[in-house]
Amino acid sequence: MIEALGFEFFRNALIAGFLASIACGVIGSFVVVKRMASLAGGISHAAFGGIGLGYFLGIDPLAGAAAVALGTSGATAWIRMKADQHLDTLVGAVWATGMAAGILFIYITPGFAPDLFSYLFGNILLVPRGTLWLMALLTAGICTIVAILYPRLVAVTFDEEYAAVMDLHPNRIMVILLLLTGLTVVMLIQIVGIILVIALLTLPAATARLFSRSMKELIVGASLLGIVFTTAGIWLSYAFDIPSGATIVIVSACVYFGALPLQRRIQEHRQTS
Amino acid sequence: MGGVSMKPVIEVEHLNLSQNGNFVLEDINLTIREHEFHAIIGPNGGGKTTLLKVILGLIRPDSGMVRVMDGTPDEMRSHLGYVPQFRTFDFQFPISVQDMVVSGRLGRLKGPFRRFTHEDTDAADEAMETMQITHLKNRPIHDISGGERQRAIIARALAGKPSVLLLDEPTVYVDGPTAVRFYDILSQLRESITIVLVTHDISALSPDVTHISCVNRRLFTHGDNQITDDMLAGAYPCPVELIAHGVPHRVITEHDNRVFGGRK
Repeated sequence: MIEALGFEFFRNALIAGFLASIACGVIGSFVVVKRMASLAGGISHAAFGGIGLGYFLGIDPLAGAAAVALGTSGATAWIRMKADQHLDTLVGAVWATGMAAGILFIYITPGFAPDLFSYLFGNILLVPRGTLWLMALLTAGICTIVAILYPRLVAVTFDEEYAAVMDLHPNRIMVILLLLTGLTVVMLIQIVGIILVIALLTLPAATARLFSRSMKELIVGASLLGIVFTTAGIWLSYAFDIPSGATIVIVSACVYFGALPLQRRIQEHRQTS
Repeated sequence: MGGVSMKPVIEVEHLNLSQNGNFVLEDINLTIREHEFHAIIGPNGGGKTTLLKVILGLIRPDSGMVRVMDGTPDEMRSHLGYVPQFRTFDFQFPISVQDMVVSGRLGRLKGPFRRFTHEDTDAADEAMETMQITHLKNRPIHDISGGERQRAIIARALAGKPSVLLLDEPTVYVDGPTAVRFYDILSQLRESITIVLVTHDISALSPDVTHISCVNRRLFTHGDNQITDDMLAGAYPCPVELIAHGVPHRVITEHDNRVFGGRK
């Protein structure tokens, strides 16, 4: 198994998993505590429309995905301000529209869409070196912005109304958080694909949340768990020659469901100690 | 007496607000002066919470004037401490009591980073001391009791050192004995700040309340702490049931002398 490390593609896969895990740990923690998992799902599926558009226009499909994901994030933030209560229905509509648009664009584009399957389900074993640099840059950018805004992000995700009373401009903070979520989603498309993005964004954070007493613990825990999940998933997918994205998600889900019953025991242990 | 000479901290004049085509608040006039303990009572859905949010500047009225300490709510909001309804909180959020309380200082910090200083942690410590939750400071909010959570929410508001404390239904999730202790704390606070308390539960009113207003779309008050039949008849759709409990008169008359003479 160790000989796999001799292959550049394998090392790249591990590095890509590492970078994506950090971005997911940071952003996923806020997504989970703010209960925005379905919103993140909507953004990622809307991004499929962008991939179709990319094929249609003959540009890099990922660039199309990035444009649509960020556009959808911004639009969602705006709609959220105007009509909070209908957000759930709207997410469903955006979700379906994005997928449908993607399929239509790919259908009317002459010829064959070569990497379509890998955009849907991801293929971390095919991440080229140039993309790694871009991912490193994005991850560093996401971490920097979150570090600067950290006290305000926590205040807004905990209690938006009180944040407004304290003049923290929660709407602006939420726009930034949603745009960062959009960026993270685009990064994840390479790793696990559109269909499974929500899993990597939410499962490590949801697992870490069971045992976290503060946002800092949650972010660090989610990042570490993400690294463990992606690394384990990549090894397993290599060893058994199975799809990497799906393997990473199944590993994450197994740990999450396995940890659920442990939560109570750990809390009780803490209270008695 | 009764603090007529005191400076007004909140003034509302001819305020109208409609939502979805219905009047929520109609021609509201209200003056709250320094050191009042002002209870705003009324039935659920009567517009009490909305009135608080208008005072906080979170909701814009259609017409009328709102002044907070001689400024607009937006300008003077940092002087207001707000205790929202308990049910609006997600107590599963991973945050300790101390971190939650100190977050009440964020409104006073400036610049892009907004990191807390010693002054902020000291203010948070003082607020936790006042609300008697210092021993819980490192506990996450999901494993403390309902009454302790309520005190943590108030401590967060106090950490910002407000001149006026606005509380929305603070006793709903608190049991009887805890509510009594809770009002003791509020009575102490009254010596340094003005308190505005919104509740639908008039049986839970503290005897130390100095002024009472009844809100059900319109506002009814006599400018003192009396609840009279005409106020209730105006504000409550079915006043008979409430008066049958013997509540309104008991709350006030017994403590009349204390409020007007005994307490400063």
